[in-house]
Amino acid sequence: MRESTIMKIHYGTALAAVALVAVHILMRLTQGFAESLEYDSVLANYKFIPYAAMLELILILLAVHGFNGLRVILLELKQGRTYEKAVSYGCLAAMVALIAYGSRTIIMTNMGMT
Amino acid sequence: MTQVSRITDEQTPTSTSSTILLRISKFNPEHDDSGRFMEFTIPYEKWTTVLEAILDVKKHFDHSVAVRYSCRQATCGSCGMIINGKPRLACFTKISELNSNVVTVEPMNNFPIIRDLAVKFERLFNTHQKIKPYLIRDDSELESDEKEFLQSPEEVEQYIQFANCIKCGLCNSACPTMATDSSFVGPQALAQAYRYVADSRDKGKDSRLKIIDDSHGIWRCHFAGSCSQVCPKGVDPAMGIQLLRGYLLGFRG
Ligand code: SF4
Ligand code: FES
Repeated sequence: MRESTIMKIHYGTALAAVALVAVHILMRLTQGFAESLEYDSVLANYKFIPYAAMLELILILLAVHGFNGLRVILLELKQGRTYEKAVSYGCLAAMVALIAYGSRTIIMTNMGMT
Repeated sequence: MTQVSRITDEQTPTSTSSTILLRISKFNPEHDDSGRFMEFTIPYEKWTTVLEAILDVKKHFDHSVAVRYSCRQATCGSCGMIINGKPRLACFTKISELNSNVVTVEPMNNFPIIRDLAVKFERLFNTHQKIKPYLIRDDSELESDEKEFLQSPEEVEQYIQFANCIKCGLCNSACPTMATDSSFVGPQALAQAYRYVADSRDKGKDSRLKIIDDSHGIWRCHFAGSCSQVCPKGVDPAMGIQLLRGYLLGFRG
């Protein structure tokens, strides 16, 4: 993939994540902070499909943005063909793994498998 | 550990009441494990440049000081060095403007040292060459005596400040990304890429944008802006880089 395409995704995910995290924080403010973190309240959020979908989207946006950011930092830190390949594929694999693990939590909770 | 040797000019008659302590970095990578500073007390006039002070040292005290220079008028781009912590041209920096009794000269950062103040320019020239610093088009002004590629003043305005670059490398020396990313194309080459992309006579925009659009290309600029701060010719590489990004992000045609 061209670096400009990757960076367009990088900037896009940042903007979208800021917007969705703002919505997420506003939703949290509808309850008191401690109440919002109660077990039943958290479960209820995951079971409300639009909210669970938004959490899933935030997870994807932050994972894509974060791991690309990490790739960029590591590429600037050290150079070399093998190292750079390892960094790029390593970050991609870590990103997929994190999204898979987070999605598993969201989907299982949504389906009541707690 | 940096060692210091001091030599004071006792014989040279001073035609002025002002003297400075000139500290010159001495390092030969072939023999030395670490650098050291030689210190010289040098008389100076209001108009004396740092390069003249260094040449004074070479003439009267230590002819072994390695320094590169040629035009002595900020045109050839040879005499870049770190002067009192900032990348500057030695021939374009007057001692009086430094407002200090101590002038420390070191080789440019982000360039391999040949000896003392002289550094290798290979990387700068390679990256400069990589972005194809010439007009790309199928026809040529040389084909016919009457053919001329005319430009309006507005078209010239688009790129002219970038055409002032003398390839001194001060911008690359000031760039924080250059310090860590040995494959980064650098502000000098990126500014030159913009210079040709923005030239209405040039038709090589796509090939140039492709060259700089890689994992060590234009996107590794963090917009620190230090390149533009140190340029002695008024080139603004940081702005050129942002304008180039406009092409890649689709904001510019
Ligand atoms: S842009 Fe300025 S600082 Fe950089 S090489 Fe050209 S003249 Fe020197
Ligand atoms: S000697 Fe030519 S730029 Fe300084």
